[in-house]
Amino acid sequence: MTEFTPRELMAIVAAREIRNDDIVFCGTGISMLAAMAAKHISAPHSIIFFETGAIDAQLEEVPLAVADPRVMFGAAVNGSLVDAFGYMQNRSTGKRVIGIMGAAQIDRYGNLNSTVIGDYHLPRVRFSGSGGACDVASFVSRSIIFMQHAKRKFVPRIDYITSPGWLKGNDSRQQAGLAGQGPSLVVTDMATMGFDEDTHEMYLQGYYPGVNKEKILDKMGFEVDTTRAQPVPPPTTRELHILRKICDPQHLILR
Amino acid sequence: MNKGIDKITDLSTAIRTYVADGSHISIGGFTINRNPMAAVYEIIRQRIRDLHVYAHSNGQGVDELIGGGCVARLEIAYGGNGRFAPTCVRFRKAVENGSLIVEDYSNYQMSLRFMAGAMGVPFLPTRSALGTDLIDQWGIPAEIRRDNPKIPDKKLEVVPNPFGAWQAATQVVLVPAINPDVTIIHVQQADAQGNLRIRGLPFTDVEQAKAARFVIATCEEVVETSVLRHAPDQNQIPFFCVDAVVPIAFGAYPTACYRHYDYDPVFLYEYRHTAQDEDRYQAYLATTIRSVDNHQAFLRQVGEDRLKTIKADPRTGYATGLDRR
Repeated sequence: MTEFTPRELMAIVAAREIRNDDIVFCGTGISMLAAMAAKHISAPHSIIFFETGAIDAQLEEVPLAVADPRVMFGAAVNGSLVDAFGYMQNRSTGKRVIGIMGAAQIDRYGNLNSTVIGDYHLPRVRFSGSGGACDVASFVSRSIIFMQHAKRKFVPRIDYITSPGWLKGNDSRQQAGLAGQGPSLVVTDMATMGFDEDTHEMYLQGYYPGVNKEKILDKMGFEVDTTRAQPVPPPTTRELHILRKICDPQHLILR
Repeated sequence: MNKGIDKITDLSTAIRTYVADGSHISIGGFTINRNPMAAVYEIIRQRIRDLHVYAHSNGQGVDELIGGGCVARLEIAYGGNGRFAPTCVRFRKAVENGSLIVEDYSNYQMSLRFMAGAMGVPFLPTRSALGTDLIDQWGIPAEIRRDNPKIPDKKLEVVPNPFGAWQAATQVVLVPAINPDVTIIHVQQADAQGNLRIRGLPFTDVEQAKAARFVIATCEEVVETSVLRHAPDQNQIPFFCVDAVVPIAFGAYPTACYRHYDYDPVFLYEYRHTAQDEDRYQAYLATTIRSVDNHQAFLRQVGEDRLKTIKADPRTGYATGLDRR
């Protein structure tokens, strides 16, 4: 088996989720890499778009921000922010959009915090804030969330709900008036998490090579069902080649 | 509104004329792209204070305005700078030490707010953020809202869908219009009259400009009106929205300007390092920003060799193969 890092497997696991007819909304960093890799691995016809308005850009080099001029080159359309968020919610294109994002904290229903740790008015730590994350989480019907597997990140109660997941589970998301669906998958450096079809509570779906269930639960601030967990196949040589040589040869994101 | 046919002026005059202590301003661009950085540095040099800033994800420019001590209140969606700063450092510090009042929205909400301002309606509806703390947590205290006629009494309002179950929406979030005193943007081309052409992504610049009482446009180059009017479908902002046109090559540096130059990774990484330490940052303000008279002198400090490395490749519009590590 070829050597790989957890970060590489994260990008590949997310890339494998992307289908050919998906319109992929991605943010910066590893989510961008996953979307780029998907186009070479499993979904050559998937479309990458950014909240900044760039649609189906020819990403010859990895962008370091969603406003990087690299997203403007060879795009089908260079639109505006208002355009970009429109595609996520209008009745014909909205259903095809899959969102990929990250956050500082997540709870058992996939609600995300990327705003503050501590009190909102005088926080212990301030993060970037929503950007487009809350919008994507509000609108789309499928989303993937990248998280680092750590107790301080998987918490029973997040300090601030920046982006809605399944809110309080069951049908609470729909009750709140949100369109779209909560997250479908959480991808960490140890495992993948799904959400129960009825309760929408998080459960352990897959664990990476060399990682056991106890180790995973040890690094979480709440219990999850582990009975449905399956091993995640390691990256293939081809997948790793694509990621390292084609998507990020300068190691700007994989480093 | 400046009705003149020649709106070309210098930056110092433009800022002095339209931006004052306490002004409500917005700047164009997005994180590391097309921020009106020359104007940002001039505001810092003129020691303008107590600004109320409206931003979606305006990145580097907003962080430097905060670092320069110019901002009292900030309505924002995202205080990050892509790979160069997952959270902008001066923004983070200012919030954590309580010196900056922040109101959080989402990018779409902020864009809609500018759009409402541009349209002349008091608010626009969205289904974004229902059930989140963007709805429940308000940053600007009620008494500031009440006493300041430039901002609405409420951050936002959730109301039932007045059209019943139309479009399967039970309720919507109304976000209030923004009308900044001045919006400052940097564009690729302008004519003396103030017609503007943006290449690449316009972000929310067009809505931000149309929503503002006054607009300052810095530009890479001033061209003859006939050049812009020869292809009017490529122009975004008409002359009657624009009050000052300021030609400044590399006016978005260290952020990118599509088809002209890339962002400067060296500057942006150094900036993040500098921003983390108070003494280093004060030294940066004193020597890099305030010790020079204008953007041209600032660029001379950076040096031609550095600027050459970020020059845009005519094929891609960015600096192909630029070392960004």
